[in-house]
Amino acid sequence: MSDETYPGDLRYHPEHDWVRVDGDEATFGVTWFAQDALGEVVYYDPPAVGDSVTAGSSYGELESVKAVSDIIAPASGEVIAVNDAVGDTPELVNNDPYGAGWLIKVRLSSASELDALMDESAYRQYLAGLAG
Amino acid sequence: MTDLQRTSLFDAHVAAGAKIVPFAGWEMPVEYEGVRAEHLAVRSTCGLFDVSHMGQIDVTGPGSREFLQSILTNDITRIGPGQAQYTLLPDDNGGVIDDLLVYALLDRFLLVVNASNIAPCVERVTSLAPDGVTVVNRSPDVAMLALQGPTWAKALTPIASPQPFSLPYMEATEATVAGVACLVARTGYTGEPGVEIMCPAGDAPAIWDALMAVPDAPVPAGLAARDTLRLEMGYPLYGNELGHDRSPISAGLKWACDLKHGGFPGAERMQREAAEGTPDRLVAILITEKGIPRGGCPVMADGQQVGTVTSGTFSPSLGVGAALAYVSPDHAHVGAKLSIDVRGKEKSAEVTSLPMVDTSPRKEHHS
Repeated sequence: MSDETYPGDLRYHPEHDWVRVDGDEATFGVTWFAQDALGEVVYYDPPAVGDSVTAGSSYGELESVKAVSDIIAPASGEVIAVNDAVGDTPELVNNDPYGAGWLIKVRLSSASELDALMDESAYRQYLAGLAG
Repeated sequence: MTDLQRTSLFDAHVAAGAKIVPFAGWEMPVEYEGVRAEHLAVRSTCGLFDVSHMGQIDVTGPGSREFLQSILTNDITRIGPGQAQYTLLPDDNGGVIDDLLVYALLDRFLLVVNASNIAPCVERVTSLAPDGVTVVNRSPDVAMLALQGPTWAKALTPIASPQPFSLPYMEATEATVAGVACLVARTGYTGEPGVEIMCPAGDAPAIWDALMAVPDAPVPAGLAARDTLRLEMGYPLYGNELGHDRSPISAGLKWACDLKHGGFPGAERMQREAAEGTPDRLVAILITEKGIPRGGCPVMADGQQVGTVTSGTFSPSLGVGAALAYVSPDHAHVGAKLSIDVRGKEKSAEVTSLPMVDTSPRKEHHS
């Protein structure tokens, strides 16, 4: 398992998903908090390349031994890549949630949606509120 | 949420890094390092579980054996002092109030029941007890630890006297563990060799700490691993595979029902079901592609629903999705090709034999 981190170059969705923006493309994944709550991930059910994803809606599932969790898209777009390595080695989500454990890459359809997301400090405050 | 109880080991769990969840009215450790690691440790070395939430009911007095024979499904005359037996407490219709272990001890019979069923069991046994038979719920005063896995004896050796390693499976003896007078039984819910240790509630932390300090210490293991371990063995869980809505026969527990003699509540129904068959039967199923079945998932064959998953998980030992399910008799044979509808996606599956993981060839390590 990894240490609790929330990189400053990412933006965060309240369902504990992160997005790393690179021009009109973006990488999605789940946060340290999400993988910690889920426990050791044993299965990743991804979307297909070419699928559309919608901000706030599920685009796939992560499962631990005990639980299944929908993965919520932080922004809308078309899937241009799926991380097959996570399909083969799901615990990458636990070991490296912001690196090797990324889930999909998306061509963004509405960059303005990103404005609704939290930055690191806002997400940390949000987590502190959940704990309280 | 109503008041949750804590076992005497709560502080030990927190210190060991447990994730605590509510379970059957208790705050219990669901996992420590992680369910998969804990599961595999129990299969390869050994793990230590706090099962103090389970219930202990003493039955004493003249006629106790005859009384228990009249209310439990198994033939209690087949066990003598120091022996344990798996049995069921049926309701008047032959449904299941609980499944349990009954111990014949020198001075009493001891029923070890599920945490969620302590009150119904005490109520049932008390209400049927004849004059002279006394029923006492000792659950609040008794803690129970389960030391499970092939190296259990190595872990127990430094702190037990006498050393209960020659004890046969399903037998119990009094022993001193870490200076505490205990009842040590060769029982468990994992399919692995091991013991369950019952002691006064306040003394459990001394045993826990002593076991954690021996050279071949067990890993602390939580309820999540306990569930995946029992599922791989096909052991039914009350509330999933067992309940008031069905008799033990469809669950494959005919072996724990003394149908030859009968005489207990629901015996006629069970005899009839054993002879004529039941509408569905409990089977073990493995998913043959990626995917994890969960309780409630429909079991399908040729586009028709033929059953329902009662327990489903990822099997840490096998690395695939595994389930227990009730399916129609046509499909209740090993090798039957089925599929499981996992949230709208049909996953190929096959009925498999039990136990799913063969623990028998491995030898216990006694030193």
